[in-house]
Amino acid sequence: MSAPMSADLAQIGKSVVIKGELSGSEDLYVDGQVDGSIALKNHSLTIGPHGQVKASVEAKGIVVQGKLEGNVLASDRVELRKSAVFNGDITTQRISIEEGAYLKGKVDIQGRGEKAAAK
Amino acid sequence: MKFFGGSSSATKPEPHPVRNATRRSSSLGELSRQWEGDTPLCVLDLGSTSPNNIRFFTEHGHRIYSEDLLTASTEPHLATQDEEGKPILDSRRFLADNLVYPASHFDVVLCWNLPDYLDESLVRPVMGRLWSVLKPGGMLLAFFHTKDAGPDSPCFRFHITGKDTLDMTPIKKRRDAGDGFHLQRVFNNRHIETLFRDFASIKFFLARDNVREVLVVR
Repeated sequence: MSAPMSADLAQIGKSVVIKGELSGSEDLYVDGQVDGSIALKNHSLTIGPHGQVKASVEAKGIVVQGKLEGNVLASDRVELRKSAVFNGDITTQRISIEEGAYLKGKVDIQGRGEKAAAK
Repeated sequence: MKFFGGSSSATKPEPHPVRNATRRSSSLGELSRQWEGDTPLCVLDLGSTSPNNIRFFTEHGHRIYSEDLLTASTEPHLATQDEEGKPILDSRRFLADNLVYPASHFDVVLCWNLPDYLDESLVRPVMGRLWSVLKPGGMLLAFFHTKDAGPDSPCFRFHITGKDTLDMTPIKKRRDAGDGFHLQRVFNNRHIETLFRDFASIKFFLARDNVREVLVVR
C-alpha cells in the first residue's frame, strides 16, 4: 500500500528509523520505525502497514495500519484498520475499529457529555 | 476437572466449518442493568478485540479496556517447564505483562469463555488477578461448556448486540494461522464454585447450547 500523495504530507519511509521527538504542522505518514513522541496538534498521523511506532502521540486524527505502542490523544478521530496492532490507551472524540484489528488498552471517548467527563 | 487429549493428536478429524451465530444470554441481560444506569462504568473486555463492544460501551458513556488474554497466552517467551519437566506457561511472567491495573479498578469484567480455553497453568492466577482488579460489588461474566461439549468446540468472540443478545464469531490464533484455540477442559459446577471461591456470590444460568453462564460478584 502506498502513502496517500498530498502537498502537505510528510513521509517517513520503510527503511527510516527515528528516535526522539517528532513535531510538525503538516500531516505525517510513517511507514518506518519511530521511537519517542509525535506531536501534530492540528494535523493527522497515518501509520502505514510497515510502520512500527513506539511513542506517545498527539494529533488531530490518527490512522493505524501497522504497529503502535504508546498512549494516543486525538482531538478528532482514531481509526484502527484491520491490520493494526495497538498497545496503549486511546483518548479521542471518535473512534473506528475494523474487524481484525488488535487493541490492548483503554478507550476513552471525550466530549460525549457528562458521563465521559465525570469519570 | 476433565481434560481432553490436547491438540497434538496425530489423527486430527476434519474440521467442521464453523459459522457465526447469535445467542440469547440471560446473564448478559441481568448484567446489562449495570450499564443502563447513569453512572459511568469501567469495563474490562477479555475477549478478542471487538469493535462492536467498544462502540457499545463508549456510546453508553462508559470506559472500556480491551485485553485479548488468549492471544497474549500464545507469546512464545511464556513457555517453560514445571518441576517435573512438564511444559507449562510462566504465570508470573504472564501477569507481569497482562492485567496490570490498580486494585479495585473495574465495575465489570467480561471474561466470556476464557477459562475453558486458557492454559491450565494460567487459569487460577488469572482469576486471582481478576478478583483483585474488580471493585467490591463488581461483576464478572463467564461462560463454561458443559460435559456434552467436545474438544473441538469452537472458541468464539462475543459481540454485544443488544440487552441480552450476542453475536458469536469463531476466532483463530493470530500467531498460528489456520489453527484455532482448543477447549482445554470442562468445569463442573463444583469446579466453577472453587474457581470463584474468593468471590462473594455466584449465579448460574443454564443455556441450551452446552454452555453454562456464570455471573459472579466480588
